[in-house]
Amino acid sequence: MRLPVMRRWWPTGLLALLAVAAVAHADIPLDQRRSSYADMNRDNRAMQDDDTSNPAMLSVLDGEALWSERTGASNRSCADCHGDAKASMKGTAARHPAYDEKHAKPVNLDQRINICRTERQRASPFAPESKDMLAISAFVAMQSRGEPIAPPDDPRLSPFREAGRMLYNTRQGQLNLSCGQCHDDNWGKSLAGNNVPQGHPTGYPIYRLEWQSLGSLQRRLRNCMIGMRAETFPYGALEYVNMELYLMWRARGMKLESPGVRP
Amino acid sequence: MARTLINVPAKAKRGEVIAIKTLISHVMETGFRHTNLGARIPRDIIDTFVCTYNGEEIFRAKLHPAIAANPFITFHTVATESGTIAFTWTGDKGFSATASAKITVV
Repeated sequence: MRLPVMRRWWPTGLLALLAVAAVAHADIPLDQRRSSYADMNRDNRAMQDDDTSNPAMLSVLDGEALWSERTGASNRSCADCHGDAKASMKGTAARHPAYDEKHAKPVNLDQRINICRTERQRASPFAPESKDMLAISAFVAMQSRGEPIAPPDDPRLSPFREAGRMLYNTRQGQLNLSCGQCHDDNWGKSLAGNNVPQGHPTGYPIYRLEWQSLGSLQRRLRNCMIGMRAETFPYGALEYVNMELYLMWRARGMKLESPGVRP
Repeated sequence: MARTLINVPAKAKRGEVIAIKTLISHVMETGFRHTNLGARIPRDIIDTFVCTYNGEEIFRAKLHPAIAANPFITFHTVATESGTIAFTWTGDKGFSATASAKITVV
């Protein structure tokens, strides 16, 4: 008689445990998501709002020049194929990372630009975080300003996005923290005097006042990993792209504000 | 040539106080930092900023190593007459940049 009772009790207990685990790592409800723009002080918000005081716009000007500069063995510029960036690049940043058929993996915006450079312009790729890479990336991303983040509905991306989600929820480093423990469970609180943001990639590449320069989302991810005292991946690693995929999905529908300013 | 961004109102009333905003791309290397091999990175900063209104100097700033990269300088002046507001930045290693904006005073 006892055995059937046990059988009935166990699945219920397991479900209860699973429910507790699910609550502990719940996603932020969609209507409670906020860009960390909203958490900045008035001066920093004003700096981002005005294109003549946003220092990232200096790089956008560089990027605009690069857009129409002929280069590489094919002696073509971005504009020769893509025309006016205002039309052709609208929404592009909101759709990346996207699946690349030829390389059979997701690529982010910077990697997409470098694929174009090496395979179509037949020029040397820009080094990660180099002045030119960030400039062209900021110029392209700016064309999507105000567009909602729209991760592509491509089933081939799913395993990569899931890998990103796994990494996001994996405890790492000497501090043994996962991304989610701060950005899902404790956003809005303080960490050593700083606001803990929700971590939505709405403004990349960002001009970070602390860096005194423009930087990519990968630089920001490395920054967090160093803070967790975890080992960083090299720039362009698939792990970062997976994470970007997950973060963009997490921020789906939020408006892009690139190039953003952050403290 | 360094990139500059200037914000001067295109139109103003005579006697109106107007805000002028300027931004210039510059590393503002302090001279206090070292490479990971220990070599000192020489100072490379903008040290002087001058603004003229129809040729007359109306604002001047002296910049120092503690000022962040891409200096943003904003100040106010009184719109007196139509003309050109010109800006000059000079600094280490013979750095020099200029920019200007037109203003119509009615």
